[in-house]
Amino acid sequence: MSGIDFDIAHLFAGSLVLVSFLELYQDRLYALLNVYAAHALVLAASVAWQAFIQDAPHLYVTAVIALVFKAIVIPVTLHRLIVRLGIHREIEKVVGVGAAMLAGIGLVALSMVVMLRVTQTADPLAREDLAFALAVVLLGLLMMVTRRNAVSQVVGFMSLENGLVLAATGAKGMPLVVEISVAFSILIAFIVIGIFLFRIRERFDTIDVQALDRFRGERR
Amino acid sequence: MTPDETAFNALMGVLVIPAVAAVLLAVLPNYRATARLNVAATTLTLLCALSLFFAKPAPGVYFLVDDLNNTFIVLTTFVGWTTSMFSASYIGHELDIGRLTPRSVRFYHAMYQVLMFAMNLALIANNIGLMWVAIEIATLTTVMMVGIYRTHEALEAAWKYFILGSVGIALALFGTILVYMAARPVVGEGLNAMVWSVLVTRAGSFDPALLDVAFVFLLLGYGTKVGLAPLHAWLPDAHAEGPTPISAVLSGLLLNVALYALLRFKMLLAANAAALAPGPLMVALGLLSLLFAAFMLYRRRDIKRMFAYSSIEHMGIITFAFGMGGPLANFAGLLHMTMHSLTKSAIFFAVGHVAQVKGTQRISDMSGLTVTHPLLGWGLILGVIAIAGLPPLGIFMSEFLVVSSTFARAPLLALILVFGILVAFGALLLRLNSIAFGEPRGPVGKAQASYVPMFTHLALVLVAGIYMPRAVVTWFQNVAGLLG
Repeated sequence: MSGIDFDIAHLFAGSLVLVSFLELYQDRLYALLNVYAAHALVLAASVAWQAFIQDAPHLYVTAVIALVFKAIVIPVTLHRLIVRLGIHREIEKVVGVGAAMLAGIGLVALSMVVMLRVTQTADPLAREDLAFALAVVLLGLLMMVTRRNAVSQVVGFMSLENGLVLAATGAKGMPLVVEISVAFSILIAFIVIGIFLFRIRERFDTIDVQALDRFRGERR
Repeated sequence: MTPDETAFNALMGVLVIPAVAAVLLAVLPNYRATARLNVAATTLTLLCALSLFFAKPAPGVYFLVDDLNNTFIVLTTFVGWTTSMFSASYIGHELDIGRLTPRSVRFYHAMYQVLMFAMNLALIANNIGLMWVAIEIATLTTVMMVGIYRTHEALEAAWKYFILGSVGIALALFGTILVYMAARPVVGEGLNAMVWSVLVTRAGSFDPALLDVAFVFLLLGYGTKVGLAPLHAWLPDAHAEGPTPISAVLSGLLLNVALYALLRFKMLLAANAAALAPGPLMVALGLLSLLFAAFMLYRRRDIKRMFAYSSIEHMGIITFAFGMGGPLANFAGLLHMTMHSLTKSAIFFAVGHVAQVKGTQRISDMSGLTVTHPLLGWGLILGVIAIAGLPPLGIFMSEFLVVSSTFARAPLLALILVFGILVAFGALLLRLNSIAFGEPRGPVGKAQASYVPMFTHLALVLVAGIYMPRAVVTWFQNVAGLLG
C-alpha cells in the first residue's frame, strides 16, 4: 500500500474522532444534529476511500447509505421532530463540558493503548482504523451517559454505530452481510426510536428522560 | 428427498413457520382465531425442532446444527409452545379488561412469532455475523413488546432496555469484527472467516491477543443480554412492565440464547492455547450476579420484579458453571439452564394469572393466595420451592451438581456459591410465606387461567429431580463434552 493511500485513510478516521469530540460539548440540540451530520459525512468519505483503496465496490453502498441516510435523512427528520414536538432546545448534561472532554481524552488514550498493543501483527491500516473506531465507539458511549435528553442519547448511539461501521470497513474483505446489517440496524433502530418519541409524546409533554424518571420500580 | 434434504427442510421449518405466522398474525383480525394460529405455529415449529434430533443437515456457511444447539432449539421451541398456550388465555383477559386493544394484540402476536424466528435463527446460525443480526432482531422485538401497554412505567422500561440492549449489541458487534480480524490472516478474506465451524478448527493459529480483546467485548456485549451484573439494569424493569408471557420467554429463553452466543465464542477461545482462559472471567461475572441478585431479592415489593432478580441469580449460577468448565460442571450448567427455563416460565405463568385476578403486582396486596385461589396458589408455591432449590425438584439436583463439582476443584468459590444460593433461598421463602399464606387480601374472583402449561413444566421439573432417563443423561453428557 502506498503512503498517500494510508495517509488519507488515516486522516478520515482521525477526523471522525475529532468530530466525536465536537459532539461532546454541544449544548443545543440543533447544533448537535448539525455536528452529527458532519460525523456521518466524514464517515461516508472514509468508507468511500476504503472502497477505493481496497478495490471493494460493495463498500460504496455503505458509503452512500452513510451519506444519504445518516448525513441527510436522519438529521433533517430529527430536526423536524424537535420543531414539531416543541422540545426544549437546550441539552441538560449530567457532567460539565470540561469533565466530559477530559473523560473523552482518557477514553481515546485507552483505545490507542489497547488496540495498538494487541494488533501488532495486523496490517498497519487495519490496526489504526480499529484504534480510531474503538475511540469513536467509546466517545459515543460517553455521550450517551452524560446526556439526559432522549434525542441526544440517540445521537450518541448513532455515532457509536458510525464507529462500528468504521471498524467493519477497515477490516479488509469483511463479508457484505455485516455491512448491510449494520446499515439496516440503524434503520430499524431509528424506526423504533421514532415510535418511542411519538409514544412518549402521546402521554407526556417532554422527551427529557429525567422527566420520565419518577418511576423507580419499587415506589408506587 | 434424500435424508439430508429432509433434515434441511426441518431446519428451514424452524425459521419459515414463525416468519409466515408472523405475517399472517399481523393481518388477521379475529382474536380467538389468531391465538389458536399462534399455538398452531409454535406446535409445528416444535415438531420441526424435535425432528432435528434424528437427522441433522450438513453444516453450511450460514447454518449449523450440532448436539449443542439442538438442545437449545428444542428447549426454546418447547417453552415457546407452552407460552403460546398461556399467552392465549392471558391476552384474552387483557383484551376483556381493555388493557390491550385488538390492534395491539395483532401486533403482539406478530412480534411473538418474530421473536421465535429471531431466537431460532440465532441458535442455528453458523455465521457469527448472522448470529449477531438475529440477536439484534430479538432485542428489538422484545423492546417493542415491553412497551406495549404504553403506560408511563412500560415506556420507561422499554426505553431503558432499548438503550442498554443497543449498547450491549454494539459492543458485541465490535467483538465480532475483532474475531473476523483475527481469523482473516489464517482463513483468508471473505465469508469463510465468519463461519463458526471453520473458525473453531483453525482457531489454534489465530492471533491470541486479538482474540482476547474480542472476547472481552463479546462478554460485555452478550453479557448485557444475559443479564449479568453489573450490566443487568434493564432486566428487572423489562420483566416487570411487559406482558407476562414476554417475561416468561425473556427469562426462560432470550437470556439462554445470549448465553449460547457467548458459549460459542468461549469454545473458539478454548481452541487457542495462547489465548486467555475465558473461564475465570465468566466465573467472576457469574458469582457477582448471583451475590448481587440474592441480596436484591430481599427488598422486592413487586412480584414480577422479584422473579426477574431471581433470573439474574440463576443466570449467574449457569454462567459460573460454564465458566468452571469440564464435563461435570458443563453438565450441571446445561441441566440447570434447562431446569431454570422450565421452572421460571412456569412461575411467570402462575404470576401472570395471579396478577390478573388480584389486579396488582404488589406482593403485599396478594397474601393468602392458597385460600382465595388454591390451584394458582399451590402452583406458585411449587414453582417457588423449585426455583429456591429444594429437593426433590430438578433445580436442587442441578445446583447440587454445580456446587459439588466446584467443591472438588475450588472449595473457596464453592463456599461463595453456597452462600449466595442460601441468601436467595431465604429471600424467596420469606416472600412465599406472605404471598401464599396469611390473611386473604384482594379480589377473590374466579381465575380464568390455563393451568396446563404451568403444571406441565412443573411436572417435568419434578420428574427430572427424581428420575432422569438414561438416554437424557447420556445426551447431556455428550453435549457437555462438546463444550470442553
